[in-house]
Amino acid sequence: MEALDTLVLSRIQFAANISFHILFPTITIALGWALLFFKLRFQWTGDAKWMEAYRFWVKVFALSFAMGVVSGITMSFQFGTNWPGFMETVGNVAGPLLAYEVMTAFFLEAVFLGIMLFGWRKVPSWLHTTATFLVAFGTTMSAFWILVLNSWMHTPQGFELRDGVVHATSWMEIVFNPSMPYRLAHMLLASGLTVAFLILGIAAFRRLLGDQREEVRSQIRFGAVLAAVLIPVQIFAGDMHGLNTQEYQPAKVAAMEGNWSDTDGRTPLVLFAIPDPEARENRFEVAIPNGASLILGHKPEHVVPSLDEFVTEDGEMLHPPVAKVFWAFRVMVGTGMAMLALSWITVLHFARKREDANGVRRRWVISTLPRPLLWAMVAMTFSGWLATLAGWYVTEIGRQPWLVSGVLTTAEAVAQVPAGMVLSTLLGYLAVYAFLTLAYVSVIFYLARRAARGNPVGTLESPGSGQAEVEAIAGAGPRGGRGGRDAPGGGTRGGGLQPAE
Amino acid sequence: MEWFGDPAVWLPWTFAALMGLSILVYVVLDGFDLGVGLLFPFASDAEKDRMIASIGPFWDANETWLVLAIGILLVAFPVAHGLILTSLYLPVFLLLLGLILRGVSFEFRVKAHVRYKERWNLAFWGGSLMASLSQGFMLGLYVMGLEWSWATVAFASLTAVFLTVGYSFIGACWIIIKTEGPLQRKAVEWARGGIWGVILGIGAISAASPLVSPRIWGKWLGWPESLLLAPLPVLSAALIAFLWWKLRRMPYDDDRWNWTPFAAAMAIFALAFLGLAYSFYPYVVPERLTIYEAASAPEALFIIFIGTLVVLPTIVAYTALAYWIFRGKAQDLTYD
Repeated sequence: MEALDTLVLSRIQFAANISFHILFPTITIALGWALLFFKLRFQWTGDAKWMEAYRFWVKVFALSFAMGVVSGITMSFQFGTNWPGFMETVGNVAGPLLAYEVMTAFFLEAVFLGIMLFGWRKVPSWLHTTATFLVAFGTTMSAFWILVLNSWMHTPQGFELRDGVVHATSWMEIVFNPSMPYRLAHMLLASGLTVAFLILGIAAFRRLLGDQREEVRSQIRFGAVLAAVLIPVQIFAGDMHGLNTQEYQPAKVAAMEGNWSDTDGRTPLVLFAIPDPEARENRFEVAIPNGASLILGHKPEHVVPSLDEFVTEDGEMLHPPVAKVFWAFRVMVGTGMAMLALSWITVLHFARKREDANGVRRRWVISTLPRPLLWAMVAMTFSGWLATLAGWYVTEIGRQPWLVSGVLTTAEAVAQVPAGMVLSTLLGYLAVYAFLTLAYVSVIFYLARRAARGNPVGTLESPGSGQAEVEAIAGAGPRGGRGGRDAPGGGTRGGGLQPAE
Repeated sequence: MEWFGDPAVWLPWTFAALMGLSILVYVVLDGFDLGVGLLFPFASDAEKDRMIASIGPFWDANETWLVLAIGILLVAFPVAHGLILTSLYLPVFLLLLGLILRGVSFEFRVKAHVRYKERWNLAFWGGSLMASLSQGFMLGLYVMGLEWSWATVAFASLTAVFLTVGYSFIGACWIIIKTEGPLQRKAVEWARGGIWGVILGIGAISAASPLVSPRIWGKWLGWPESLLLAPLPVLSAALIAFLWWKLRRMPYDDDRWNWTPFAAAMAIFALAFLGLAYSFYPYVVPERLTIYEAASAPEALFIIFIGTLVVLPTIVAYTALAYWIFRGKAQDLTYD
């Protein structure tokens, strides 16, 4: 057990912060594009179900965006409060990348978010669609810059060291560093899958509550098809990323495979084991012969990197902690397999022609979807989070003991703040993050329940003061002008309703 | 040294100016957001919704100026960034906690079950309060040279209270522009009280900074500096007098002059900030580290500078577009 010193506490604190943060961009990156899709579908077909989908998911987007912003700000401050050595050493590379993120992405998202959320009636439809596009584009740009920097920390190039400080020599090499394309593709696909399962899970939940509307069927179809298309691509991209890691960060791959000392090829694929760092071997190993060699080299003779290669003569370990990387990797891959199974079973079932309520044989008949399948979708609502977090643990813990591979160790970058102080802020952050994650998940399910009941806001709950005014406005305001579909108290669809905010 | 010849001179200066500008824009823009949050306990439920509606479309972008400011400190003056933030470790933590609570409460208060709305309102107020207090505290401690002692903490606690009251003042001025009727009249009352925060805050910092540093004393009270700088305090005093006089008579029925308190408040904040910047230049960490010593390599700064030239005007343009789209009196915020 490592002592809880400033370094360990600072690392836990940063890990907690970045784990909490990543949950929300993972949703907003792809959800922005999904919203654009809903909006465009609405414009092209005029079918109200797409606007209902937009109005439901834009609320989730707004909430996720706010969570992402506040936790992101926390991170930018923690560079200074806990890791001053990072910017002091690599600031000349990291600085411009972060600056471009703020300037090209943050402002774009933040400004047009206002128009996207509240401008639907204030601006022409094309401008609202453009705002939606710009927000989606901004979140993706933000992901691009951050993944450039993160990839550079894994596979740094295009720089030189002068007096222990990194100076950029080629921005092309820095931006297009070897792991960037793989990492970016892997992350964007992860975001797409997270959102696919989120939409699928929430729509299935509404269906289980008895929500019979078209929009629910469309969203289940949208989520299932998106997931079924993306997951094979993701497995392929992940494999490519793994091969890239094998080339540039072999110690990480050795830890992922749990390969301590095998250096003569025919390395088995370890399915289960408890890595023992003292004995430097696996306990209770269950393995497929030649598996790792086949995956990583496409031939049984392939020599998989082994952990023992990364111990120096005097016993210093230059490889990451094995068990954490090993297990995180298995959680990620396992979740991916579950995603593959669920999405394909759903699409294969759903896409077959079946009789609908009117006795017409057609595809995508929702009433024939078995309830257990719907429950499985609900259970996997946040499976994207699990896979994404596990994946980040693999890659980030897998980089240890380096902060920037071969340039700066994590221990060198930490601030010498008293451990007690770090511990107190860590506990504070943990409490807030746990509470907010809980609040976030329960609010999303609450929004789904409210939408499923199809009740206008204010009839479910005892109206608070101010509520009457809200309802009056909701009924008498411009909403009434939309073909009377949204008449107050009547068939108003809960999905898009929002009281005065 | 030639001015536009040596990039090691003009680049740090330019980035210090940009950072100063971002901080000022942040303080004014998020200042009114935070101020609106601070005034929450004095408002009824319906008024709270209206107050939130007045800042809803803007707050996110406003807060981004803080990210830009801290980003410039991080990328342009990395050594200073580490020094300042590690010495302000705990207040920064409280600031972040406050910003987290404030930011998420915007969303949760209308999306969670109505029975929790009261609690999220409370979190919104508490978050705004924590963020304002810790910003004021950090300002005070910065003026005191980032030293922790009983005296400096006492001073910083004072500036914390003053800045918080000052924020509620600018928040009230914003509400005067964006609302009408009883809420507007209430906001005028709030502004009359809040102006004390501005007066006391500027007074305390103006009195304290020369006393802490002989260098600052010399910069302000030497000759002919004190004459050349006279417009700064004189203008501030005139603006405060103007506000005092105007707020007695407001709100006007035809809404004609109701934008003036906010404009005057912006001008006062800008003048105070200019004075502060003048006092501390060329130091970024007071009396310890100048902007030239703390700056990143010129090549790195140049890369950012090029981007800034293109991007910053674009940001200003589309921010203006957003304010224009949501101009006029705040209406209920709906997603449809």
